[in-house]
Amino acid sequence: MFYCKVDYRVLLSFSDWLNKWKDRLYLNFVASGRYKYLLRGLWMTLRITFFAVLLGIALGVVAAIIRSTHDKIIEEIRPGFGKFLLRFFNLIVKLYLTIIRGTPVVVQLMIMYYVIFASSTNAMMVAILAFGINSGAYVAEIIRSGIMSIDPGQFEAGRSLGFNYIQTMIYIIIPQAIKNILPALANEFIVLIKETSVSGYVGIMELTRGGDVIRSRTFDAFPPLLAVAIIYLIIVVFFTKLVSMLERRMRNSER
Amino acid sequence: MSAEIKTGEVLISVKDLAKHYKNKAGEIHALDGITTDIKKGEVLVIIGPSGSGKSTFLRSLNLLERPTGGTITFEGQDVMSPKNDINKLRQKMGMVFQHFNLFPHLTIMDNMTLAPRKLLKMSQADAEKKALQLLERVGLQDRADTYPSQLSGGQKQRIAIVRALCMSPDVLLFDEPTSALDPEMVGEVLDVMKDLAKTGMTMAVVTHEMGFAKEVASRVIFMDAGKIVEEGTPEEIFDNPQNERLKTFLAKVL
Repeated sequence: MFYCKVDYRVLLSFSDWLNKWKDRLYLNFVASGRYKYLLRGLWMTLRITFFAVLLGIALGVVAAIIRSTHDKIIEEIRPGFGKFLLRFFNLIVKLYLTIIRGTPVVVQLMIMYYVIFASSTNAMMVAILAFGINSGAYVAEIIRSGIMSIDPGQFEAGRSLGFNYIQTMIYIIIPQAIKNILPALANEFIVLIKETSVSGYVGIMELTRGGDVIRSRTFDAFPPLLAVAIIYLIIVVFFTKLVSMLERRMRNSER
Repeated sequence: MSAEIKTGEVLISVKDLAKHYKNKAGEIHALDGITTDIKKGEVLVIIGPSGSGKSTFLRSLNLLERPTGGTITFEGQDVMSPKNDINKLRQKMGMVFQHFNLFPHLTIMDNMTLAPRKLLKMSQADAEKKALQLLERVGLQDRADTYPSQLSGGQKQRIAIVRALCMSPDVLLFDEPTSALDPEMVGEVLDVMKDLAKTGMTMAVVTHEMGFAKEVASRVIFMDAGKIVEEGTPEEIFDNPQNERLKTFLAKVL
């Protein structure tokens, strides 16, 4: 037989601890319906992220296609207006990438909110624009690396069958590139969803700010911040699972 | 389109074709005044040492390489003129590459039917019917639903050939089609090419397979340093070479 000797004082202090946490959780999340700060904040975070991702992909695809078209075929284009236009757009895109990737997203967000859209009352819209434009720069480089990673022979095979440049991109290059860049793209979205936590700087009530408001009301920092962290973690883990499922399906199609 | 070109008439006419460019080593003359005609139904084999410009010449014919001088006329149309749609012309000039360049994200069937469906606006059923007929011709009809990664090199190259044939081209360009293959797989690809030659398909082949050149070619061109050094029937080239450079080349490869 085993004898287990437990000091009764340990048991007592454990139940004390449990009771204390019950009170803390009640105070931070239940009292005055404070959990609503987190729920509303989460909803705002998800909306900003979703639309910023859409904007980021749109901008990224366009920027990547301009950059890689320029790098791939500028030598082959006959001098003329088309060549000038491609050079011009390539320069604009390069400038965009340099500025966006060279400055912190918080600074970009504040410039957008306090300077460019100072007259706007729709903070969420400004945040979507700021994060979308920011993400677009990173997505552009990811997509461009995907396009560049495809064997030039694929491009030649497409062209030799009679596809034009755009058709070759759409039917042959992009589908292969997407598969190669999926992990990097997923990573960019994970970064983006967490980056939206700086929206509090311009007074947007997103998830992190929601937790912070609770902290300022209850003067108890740990429970609300822990809750915020756990919610981000759950979103990211769920999203990662989703992406790895997608990756597996894409890989299977080749075996 | 121009009038129907009959067997034996000129299909592709090349005049003074040149490709000059500068790099660190100085001025390079990859192609230096190539003039020749490819006639319908002809099997033209281009041989030469590496760096002689034979691949560049072949790839210039459908403008995968852009020449810097001279003219190429295909079925009566100036290939290099901006007025002519190069994409339309390429539909009639199939190409087979050294590294096959099958599309890895598509099944064999989709590899073959993509271009006919999108470019010739063939129906899915028609395109697949044609693809199956061609697959049967090369003995790979049971592979229609597999992906390129599941095939051997020889099988991939046979598929690449029939993929080009799906567009019903008037000429097929082969850029070292057997150079990337294991020796035991060279035969199966050459057999397909021989069969193709028998059907009267116009072919321009860059190759190191001298046996193929002797057996199948109607004309052989020997290139060196961007120029055509000697050209003639396989008998003339292999049994009675005139040029010193050709003699040393043949001594090495035969």
